[in-house]
Amino acid sequence: MVLLVRAAGMLPVLLLLCLGFHFLSDGRFFSGQNLGIVLQQAAVNTVLAAGMTFVILTGGIDLSVGSILAASAMAGLAISTIPDLAAFWLLVSVLTGLGFGVINGALIALLRLPPFIVTLGSLTAVRGFARLLGTDTTIFNPSIPYAFIGNGSLTLIPGVVSIPWLSVIALLVILVSWLVLRRTVLGVHIYAVGGNESAARLAGIKVWAVLIFVYGVSGLLAGLGGAMQAARLYAANGLQLGQSYELDAITAVILGGTSFVGGIGSIWGTLVGALIIAVLSNGLILIGVSDIWQYVIKGLVIIGAVALDRYRLQGSART
Amino acid sequence: MVTPHAAGQPVLELKGIGKEFGAIRALHGVDLCIFPGEVVGLMGDNGAGKSTLVKIIAGNFPPSHGEIRFDGQAVHFARPIDARAVGIEVVYQDLALADNLTAAANVFLGRELKRKFGPLAFLDHKAMAARALELFGELRSETRPHDLVKQMSGGQRQAVAIARTRLSNAKLVMMDEPTAAISVRQVEQVLGLIHRLKEQGVAVMLISHRMPDVFAVCDRVVVMRRGEKRADKEIGDTSPEEVTSLITGAKEAA
Repeated sequence: MVLLVRAAGMLPVLLLLCLGFHFLSDGRFFSGQNLGIVLQQAAVNTVLAAGMTFVILTGGIDLSVGSILAASAMAGLAISTIPDLAAFWLLVSVLTGLGFGVINGALIALLRLPPFIVTLGSLTAVRGFARLLGTDTTIFNPSIPYAFIGNGSLTLIPGVVSIPWLSVIALLVILVSWLVLRRTVLGVHIYAVGGNESAARLAGIKVWAVLIFVYGVSGLLAGLGGAMQAARLYAANGLQLGQSYELDAITAVILGGTSFVGGIGSIWGTLVGALIIAVLSNGLILIGVSDIWQYVIKGLVIIGAVALDRYRLQGSART
Repeated sequence: MVTPHAAGQPVLELKGIGKEFGAIRALHGVDLCIFPGEVVGLMGDNGAGKSTLVKIIAGNFPPSHGEIRFDGQAVHFARPIDARAVGIEVVYQDLALADNLTAAANVFLGRELKRKFGPLAFLDHKAMAARALELFGELRSETRPHDLVKQMSGGQRQAVAIARTRLSNAKLVMMDEPTAAISVRQVEQVLGLIHRLKEQGVAVMLISHRMPDVFAVCDRVVVMRRGEKRADKEIGDTSPEEVTSLITGAKEAA
């Protein structure tokens, strides 16, 4: 119940932003086409932020998701150009992400290294791998299988309502994450590790397994994000793809009311946070704000929104 | 008062327990029996060997010498889980609760109830809340299963920690300074909780520095000094003054 209130905490901000942009843009915001664009733009970040939510709930951080996304997209595209294996590219992308995530998790859980340091290292190292996979060039594949997930839409009511596949995937990721976090034993254990690690250990929870799981999920979803990007662009570049995506993902999680110290937060909040970021980007372009001012305004809105949230919840939760 | 000794077999029996850490002798020749439904106070100054003894019983490390018998069987604990498996629970001073979770989630942490949906198992929140409410009822605590532990008083937190031990049907509960950091009114509540455990036939070992609490709730007091047991007396046969002098060493043994 408390989590629901927290998740709802940022919902009014999201709605206000939408309404504000709608009036400032002379009614162009709430059009079917524009909402489709917003949903599509939010999709990849939502998927990354869902993984980041698992990690931050344990009190950790994953700075490497942007690099893992790039490496996974590169691996997938490389496979998609081999005729016999092309159909497996999606799987390869996702598993590449999972692999890097599990390595992060193992270093953090088994060697007891700080998450910030480990993922800062893999931010750089995995970026190198991403470039290596394409021998530092852009890989193109105009006939990549399953391209529809990047550009197609799922038609709900023919000619009236359709949702981009990217958004469908993002929503499914959110739903499954919710199910895992709120309805399974593993979910409670993730919250317990974030709330009081020694209590979790005393209760017989295998803390190392929980940590490997959350970093594995973060990697896996970064891999899925990479596949989504590859299918959308028919191409990937190891150097440029996914640069600073980790920051947008972390921003979405924090905007969603998840505590940086772990143990408190919800996946619905993260969804709202990711939507706020997408609405801001979209709305500022719609009303013709210059690129430079977009940065300034986005930054200030993020700080303001979180400050508002803290003020409202004063005393009940601290980061 | 019924003397629990009449109940027959001790739940825990220690014979000649000793422990060395390198050249340091932390415990020497400790014999101790605890009977079902008995509350034993374990007292002693810092470094007297109380926590070493508790950790041996809880399975944190094995004794260098001696034998532990539980329910009449010789037992060897390699890990705390082994001790928990036979029915020994420790309620730690810092309580080892996850503040961000509900009372029910804490009671069931690591032992969650599940419902199967085909190959998937989901948490049975309803059943856990109901059982937690039942346990709090038995302890006559007004703790609500859905409340977050973060919002609770010290006494309620103790109730949650003790409910955890009831869930596993522990036969011996060791409590480490349960009344150290809480208000006077809540001390009453906690002593009440110890009485509930006693009523249900659970043996309780109370490690405490607070003389009034020990004399209020314990049947027997054991005093440790310099790694040895210096006294083991029925509460009616001793006095706070005598126990104090045993703790400080003004009186060698009794």
